[in-house]
Amino acid sequence: MLQIKNLHASVDGNEILKGVDLEIKAGEVHAIMGPNGSGKSTLASVLAGREDYDVTEGSITFEGQDLLELAAEERAREGIFLAFQYPVEIPGVSTVNFLKTALNEIRKHRGQDSIDAIDFLQMMRQKMSLVEIDEKLIKRSLNEGFSGGEKKRNEIFQMAMLEPKFAVLDETDSGLDIDALRIVAGGVNKLRSLNNSFLVITHYQRLLEYIVPDYVHVLSGGKIVKSGGKDLALELEEKGYDWVRTELTADAEA
Amino acid sequence: MSQETDILEEVTSGEYKYGWVSDIEQEIIPIGLNEDVVRLISAKKNEPEFMLEWRLKAFRQWEKMKEPTWANVHYPPVDFQSISYYAAPKKKKELQSLDEVDPELLRTFDRLGISLDEQKRLSGVAVDAVIDSVSVATTFRHKLAELGVIFCSMSEALQEHPELVRKYLGSVVPAADNYYAALNSAVFSDGSFCYIPKGVRCPMELSTYFRINAANTGQFERTLIVAEEGSYVSYLEGCTAPMRDENQLHAAVVEILALDNAEVKYSTVQNWYPGDKNGKGGIYNFVTKRGLCAGRKSKISWTQVETGSAITWKYPSVVLKGDNSVGEFYSVAVTNNFQQADTGTKMMHIGKNTRSLIVSKGISAGKSQNSYRGLVRINKTAKNARNFSQCDSLLLGDKCGAHTFPYLEISQKDSVVEHEATTSKIGEDILFYCNQRGLDTEEAVSLIVNGFSREVLNQLPMEFAVEAQKLLAISLEGSVG
Ligand SMILES: Nc1ncnc2c1ncn2[C@@H]1O[C@H](COP(=O)(O)OP(=O)(O)OP(=O)(O)O)[C@@H](O)[C@H]1O
Ligand SMILES: [Mg+2]
Repeated sequence: MLQIKNLHASVDGNEILKGVDLEIKAGEVHAIMGPNGSGKSTLASVLAGREDYDVTEGSITFEGQDLLELAAEERAREGIFLAFQYPVEIPGVSTVNFLKTALNEIRKHRGQDSIDAIDFLQMMRQKMSLVEIDEKLIKRSLNEGFSGGEKKRNEIFQMAMLEPKFAVLDETDSGLDIDALRIVAGGVNKLRSLNNSFLVITHYQRLLEYIVPDYVHVLSGGKIVKSGGKDLALELEEKGYDWVRTELTADAEA
Repeated sequence: MSQETDILEEVTSGEYKYGWVSDIEQEIIPIGLNEDVVRLISAKKNEPEFMLEWRLKAFRQWEKMKEPTWANVHYPPVDFQSISYYAAPKKKKELQSLDEVDPELLRTFDRLGISLDEQKRLSGVAVDAVIDSVSVATTFRHKLAELGVIFCSMSEALQEHPELVRKYLGSVVPAADNYYAALNSAVFSDGSFCYIPKGVRCPMELSTYFRINAANTGQFERTLIVAEEGSYVSYLEGCTAPMRDENQLHAAVVEILALDNAEVKYSTVQNWYPGDKNGKGGIYNFVTKRGLCAGRKSKISWTQVETGSAITWKYPSVVLKGDNSVGEFYSVAVTNNFQQADTGTKMMHIGKNTRSLIVSKGISAGKSQNSYRGLVRINKTAKNARNFSQCDSLLLGDKCGAHTFPYLEISQKDSVVEHEATTSKIGEDILFYCNQRGLDTEEAVSLIVNGFSREVLNQLPMEFAVEAQKLLAISLEGSVG
């Protein structure tokens, strides 16, 4: 589904990603862990098509097409979704209204008509219960005055509504209380299928107990320095990132 | 950062959609202004003697006055002698019904999205259409007359209800109130007159569409609304003009009088030609609008959506004289390219327990300048008066400006006056967020701007809110063909 090859990206002339290779197949869940500032959110932004990141080298292919050719909104319509680490606030625009506009854009792209008001309502009801989000919340201005956890839950609600093929969750677990974490993870699990895949960025092994990944990668200094199965997360939690670093230097010296 | 500005520049350089000229036979008097011109206008309209006297008095005072310079707008001096003060579609004879109106004229209104025919038949909106200086059609008049509501052009009012006009004209905005008002008093050519009798709730929206068509003319319309005790009316005006390279002057006056327990809602969707992308042409919109809450518990509410004009100078105000009266001002002003707007309101509290609310939303794009100027005055007599003002500015790009000039004059210490102001920018992070959900940048801007203006748009009658929402998007986007 997604192939990232030798990806180099910089912002304002600073190289942040220094050769990332990653392949994600349909139905897979990959987790990315790594120290602060290692480039995790940068990778997410580059995948989503943020314009102020320059890709200087490498390629990203999504379902056979060159993703780097597409503008951010085109990628979204193709089925790429990013749950933001820091969601923005849009005063005066309710989540409901915002989502309806977004959903219709995606439908238009697929050659479908705008969604019928009743169908939309029904779909909302269903997805609302999936992530246990309060109706009052999504009728308010998008994220305005939301608590940190409410914003994150709203991101997952939007994901559920837009039904992406490939979703990146950037630290969706940070700021969530234990119950919310369980609910959000449960929502993700229900959305998991053989046809879609996820890239879950997190600092905590705990999330990966709920959303069990097929692969875990460690991003450090703009590169993936270690990959493994779900147990890698446990090992990391125990030993810290220094362990990866020393192992790397040991490898290099050997 | 520069990328963001580029994107915004691209989406904010839309074209004006109403800029065509209609080919209507017109009568235009020669340019220039003197007493004879004032007499000529009055004679053409076959006005009663008192009206001519009133005009002449205003003209003589205007000659002694100076153009105001305190507003935050900049333009070369207006040459008042190079303007024609009267232009009217030629009428062959008196019209009995809409069917006799010049078809080209009806097409004009069709293209504006105001089908006088349709309006008449389908919607519950009575329309008075003023082209250049003269009212060409008023719909629904007879139905309104059954309730005693008078809704007609000012010229007709002067013929049919001279005693009412004489009684109320200038009672809220005196003939020589200010420079432009004095000019208007001397040369106004038409406008709407609206009278709601005691206890009547006007069952439909009353609406006037103003259109400037002729070149080198000014438009000076005068609107007067009188709401008798316990009555209610909602009134809407819309305006457009062709694209022309030279600037055109529009100096209107609107007066509203509300007696005991009366309520008047006045909404404006102002879309005069704003000039081109390089700042050439456009309407100078110098307008005096004032409401007088003369009676107890009366209420006057101004709602304006200002997207057009090269220069806007406009402060719809409310004089809160009656005890417990209420004044409201809701405004969205959009400026783009080289537009300049200096707009706001005045709330003058005189009566006891008077309340006023000001909600102003300024949106600036391109190289435009957008100023809010508002005065809240609480007189000694205004015991227990309250005001709340909210002034928000939204900037698109970094070459435009937003300014806020709130003035407070408070002589009554138990009053409560609150003012809140915010300035925000449509940043790259918000645009990216929207893009990531599948919205392109134009759509994102339109969504954000409409969200920002929500409180004001909500005040408009339903059918016009939709129109205004589209207009906001169009004024800011490059999507117009
Ligand atoms: N505009 C910029 N100019 C220079 N450096 C930048 C800019 N934007 C981001 N960076 C740097 O890029 C690096 C990677 O940032 P990124 O947000 O991708 O890290 P992260 O792995 O997501 O960290 P965290 O775990 O804290 O979320 C950081 O060192 C950050 O300071
Ligand atoms: Mg991050």
